[in-house]
Amino acid sequence: MSVLTEKADVSLQYVSLFNESKSKLNGGSSDILNSRRNKAFQDFVKQGIPTRRNENYKYTNLQPAFAFDYQVSFQKPQTEIAGEEIFRCDVPQLDTHHAVLLNGWFGNQNQSKDLPAGIIFESLETAAVKYADLIKNLYGSLADTAADPLVALNTAFAKDGYFLYVPKTVYLEKPLQIISLLKSENGAFSTQRNLVVVDQGAKAQMILCNHTLNLNRYLSNSVTEVFVGENAHFEYFNVQNQHNNSTLLNNVFVKQESNSVVSVHTVSLHGGLIRNNLKVTLNGENGEANLFGLAFPDKKQHTDNFIQVEHAKPHCQSNQLFKYVLNDNSTGAFSGKIHVARDAQKTNAFQRNNNLLLTDTASMQTKPQLIIDADDVKCSHGATVGQIDELALFYLRSRGIEEKMARLMMMNAFAHEVVQEIKVEALRERIDELIEKRLNGDVARCHECNYNCECS
Amino acid sequence: MAEQDKILQDVTQSDYKYGFVTDIETDIIEKGLNEEVIRTIWEKKKEPDFMLDFRLDAFRKWQKMKMPDWAYLKIPPIDFQAISYYAAPVQKPKYNSIDEVDPELIETFNKLGIPLEEQKVLAGVAVDVVMDSVSVKTTFKEVLAEKGIIFCSFSDALQEHPELVRKYIGQAVPVADNFFAALNSAVFSDGSFCYIPKGVRCPMELSTYFRINAANTGQFERTLIVADDDSYVSYLEGCTAPMRDENQLHAAVVEIIALDRAEVKYSTVQNWYPGDKDGIGGIYNFVTKRGVCRGVSSKISWTQVETGSAITWKYPSCILLGDNSIGEFNSVAVTNHHQQADTGTKMIHIGKNTKSTIVSKGISAGKSDNTYRGLVKVMPGAINSRNFSQCDSLLLNDTCGAHTFPYIEVGNKSSVVEHEATTSKIGEDQIFYCNQRGIDTEKAIGMIINGYAKEVLNKLPMEFAVEAQKLLQISLEGSVG
Amino acid sequence: MLSIKNLYVSVEGQEILKGINLEVKPGEIHAIMGPNGSGKSTLANVLAGREEYEVTAGEVIYQGEDLLGKSPEDRAKEGIFLSFQYPVEIPGVPMVNFLKTSVNEHRKHRGEKELTAGEFLKLMREKMDLVDLHPQLTNRSVNEGFSGGEKKKNEIFQMALLEPKLAILDETDSGLDIDALKTVAHGVNALKSPETSTIVVTHYQRLLDYIVPDFVHILYNGKIVKTAGKELALELEEKGYDWIKKDN
Repeated sequence: MSVLTEKADVSLQYVSLFNESKSKLNGGSSDILNSRRNKAFQDFVKQGIPTRRNENYKYTNLQPAFAFDYQVSFQKPQTEIAGEEIFRCDVPQLDTHHAVLLNGWFGNQNQSKDLPAGIIFESLETAAVKYADLIKNLYGSLADTAADPLVALNTAFAKDGYFLYVPKTVYLEKPLQIISLLKSENGAFSTQRNLVVVDQGAKAQMILCNHTLNLNRYLSNSVTEVFVGENAHFEYFNVQNQHNNSTLLNNVFVKQESNSVVSVHTVSLHGGLIRNNLKVTLNGENGEANLFGLAFPDKKQHTDNFIQVEHAKPHCQSNQLFKYVLNDNSTGAFSGKIHVARDAQKTNAFQRNNNLLLTDTASMQTKPQLIIDADDVKCSHGATVGQIDELALFYLRSRGIEEKMARLMMMNAFAHEVVQEIKVEALRERIDELIEKRLNGDVARCHECNYNCECS
Repeated sequence: MAEQDKILQDVTQSDYKYGFVTDIETDIIEKGLNEEVIRTIWEKKKEPDFMLDFRLDAFRKWQKMKMPDWAYLKIPPIDFQAISYYAAPVQKPKYNSIDEVDPELIETFNKLGIPLEEQKVLAGVAVDVVMDSVSVKTTFKEVLAEKGIIFCSFSDALQEHPELVRKYIGQAVPVADNFFAALNSAVFSDGSFCYIPKGVRCPMELSTYFRINAANTGQFERTLIVADDDSYVSYLEGCTAPMRDENQLHAAVVEIIALDRAEVKYSTVQNWYPGDKDGIGGIYNFVTKRGVCRGVSSKISWTQVETGSAITWKYPSCILLGDNSIGEFNSVAVTNHHQQADTGTKMIHIGKNTKSTIVSKGISAGKSDNTYRGLVKVMPGAINSRNFSQCDSLLLNDTCGAHTFPYIEVGNKSSVVEHEATTSKIGEDQIFYCNQRGIDTEKAIGMIINGYAKEVLNKLPMEFAVEAQKLLQISLEGSVG
Repeated sequence: MLSIKNLYVSVEGQEILKGINLEVKPGEIHAIMGPNGSGKSTLANVLAGREEYEVTAGEVIYQGEDLLGKSPEDRAKEGIFLSFQYPVEIPGVPMVNFLKTSVNEHRKHRGEKELTAGEFLKLMREKMDLVDLHPQLTNRSVNEGFSGGEKKKNEIFQMALLEPKLAILDETDSGLDIDALKTVAHGVNALKSPETSTIVVTHYQRLLDYIVPDFVHILYNGKIVKTAGKELALELEEKGYDWIKKDN
């Protein structure tokens, strides 16, 4: 047990919250979730809300975000988000199966009737009871509560989220779209817990959109565990678009079996503080993981991508490409760790992080890392922090293109290298469009959006 | 494959050739560390009063500090009370001629290839020889004095130039900078001091040769180099230790101050005893080296070839304070058997238009772990700064590890920082190409490794480069599995 | 068209041009020759408005107006075209996008309607034939993955699209084989009219066999040390640059 007095007081807030809410937390939840709470809580108490002395949170200060007195609810909200509001966030020309989550809770009205047979897509709270055999050995097996305090906190408070199961050899033709909304009269501390299983030879795409629906303060701490079976394909797109008063803590853990292919795209368009913890374990031979990220922080925003790729087995390949464009007083952080285990020979692992600083008051901290314990490997990483190439800018201007336009073209080109990796065409075009707006200084709002989140 | 195994066998059994012990009379104080011990050291060395304050201040701060645990190293617990903090060859206070030096000592250094008689000394290199942290002999002192250059043991400097030492000591490495620097500041017994006056280009390479001899002691030496405006000096450091089954602690501090337009090149070939092939014995090398480019357009470059020590914890760094100042770090680090190295640099850009370059080449063999750790920090005011870092790792078998932990922090929009790193095994196609041209595998590997390290070796002064090349061969030849 | 008077230019504190005087009238072709490091490329870049080049004295009048106060894009839109010695690779910016933006910026400046995508593609295909540029190259990013010859052809192709009044060709012949050289020269000549002028910056005489200059200037050590007709280029070819160096 730790000495709580050493930890900042903010941690205590959550310790008492847990102690006070035990019955609400356990009530109505499956044993699968409940049996993990105490250990998770102990682990949280040991670690506390991370300070910058925690090496993994060196560049992200979470203390102020956690210090706020949020409204917390461990019961499913009664209000439902009206159908037409969902469609505001729709992507034109993109036909998806969609579901809405409000403050981390899976909406009752979500229907999965047009899903191919055998696919389960529903609330984790109910799925953990209905499909206990499917879930019990997987839940919590990737998200290690001892390794990260946010994971511990999530596991202690987890009530709901989504559960997706794609059975063996089933191809999901249309992408699944999850619209994760935050809306509360007084702001909210939201805990969301998700589980995805893409079984052997199956194929699925998932689009996750994070939005806030008013300007209240939000702190969302989600954990998603993804299991990808042999020969399975899974693509995961996360579009993060929240206001300046929000804190988005997004923890994703992926475990891949042999011959599987996984792509994770994280586009952080807007948000006060965004921290993406992403860990991918290549647990079978010939696996391939492609991880992409884009971030465009401005004003006082902060975006941190903390990536870990674990090559546990030989003959796997991983790629990481993360790009940031930082404006105003924003700060960015990137940490990318590649670990090649002792016997993971013939590994190819690549990582690149490129950053553009647009002002003297923006700053970027990057920490690419290689931990290599096998010899027959090709691993590399590269990181750059700089500006738009002045010579290229001159070339554009010498052809009559206005400086502002030339800069915009260069920034778009910079971002496009990542965007072009999005293989869903309609989504790619939408993201391209959103990025262009974002770089133009507009709030990257979908044009149909009625929510006037001016993101002050 | 069989041939490669055989080569590996040969190499793993090749001996550390500097592992002998010199039987000379040594003055060792009781094991243990407390304020009394520090006063004893201070008294034995008859230092000025300010040094007692300096040492005690460091000791009190050290007592409150913890050993750093962030490095990628497995460090067995060190009992700091089981070490003797002062060991010196018993000698007359001053030698009037070489004849007065203990013949055993002369023999020792002859064996190490560092003759103390000036007529035999390598032309163009002035040497300060430090045994068990005590300077035993400085060559060419008089020649240098004609130019106004001060090059002497730290103890002599404290007697003869206390004001200079007082002005600069702790300026690059504050007493409480880190656990080991604080320990060194409290107990260091000797080392080298060097001052190059304004406008002087030092006519020869200056060199310090460090030797640990006594058992159950730690070596805590301290080097301070001050290059005044428009001066230049190239400084070399070498080191060896006897083979012993128990680990010995070496915690040194090197401080460099470069004033306006001054340039200091500091080169190290680190060859402390690395322990045997089973990982028994060897030096624990915890060193703090830092240079401050205090003046405008000043330049400090660190070049190191690290082949020795059981554990290496070392980050020669540059604080680029003056506008237009330049920092360089060039490193080849080799680990074999059970060696562990966590080494790299810090480049802190504070002044405008500052530039830094980092070239790190790691070579891992045996069951060793070789880590590059570096920080490039560009402060908001350091506009138009540049850094380029290239960190490559070469793995020679499947039982060793190579790790890279760079930290890059950039705080303004006009600076450009680029970092590249690669990790790979030695190219089989390269070996085959050599084989096909009639070069055997062992030679081929030697060639490839030397080629790989050449960019760094080329930065070393001539005599050192040859020495370093040989050392690389001995450390690694054929150790491909 | 262009009048350069007593122009002094420094780069990073080092004086490169030391008092250049040059008059270019409509319809004229001027060749500027000189040994490496004489300041030829500096002159070309200064006229296009590159910011690293600091004008310390002198003036440049273009079409009756001061040129030096103008941004690179304004100069371009007013008809100055620089064919770069080393055309810049811009990964991620598609050629087509770049060219369309450029052409439409020029059209807006002239008060003309912007071209639609279809109109632009038609124009592009037309001009492409002139320099024998492979249509597939326009699918790539600007200059990325182009061979040396393709890059130079791409410059002339852009010149054809933008129809400049004053074209400055900076070492356009360097790195070209004889066939590519002919193609490039053919393009330049085809675009020539009595209203437009050309400045050809070159180290060698051979390009001038195909683009015949009215005047040849020799630039040495930041100054024009000799001016004559096209025969000067031949004389220079014969005697080499040492001839100039000796006299100066």
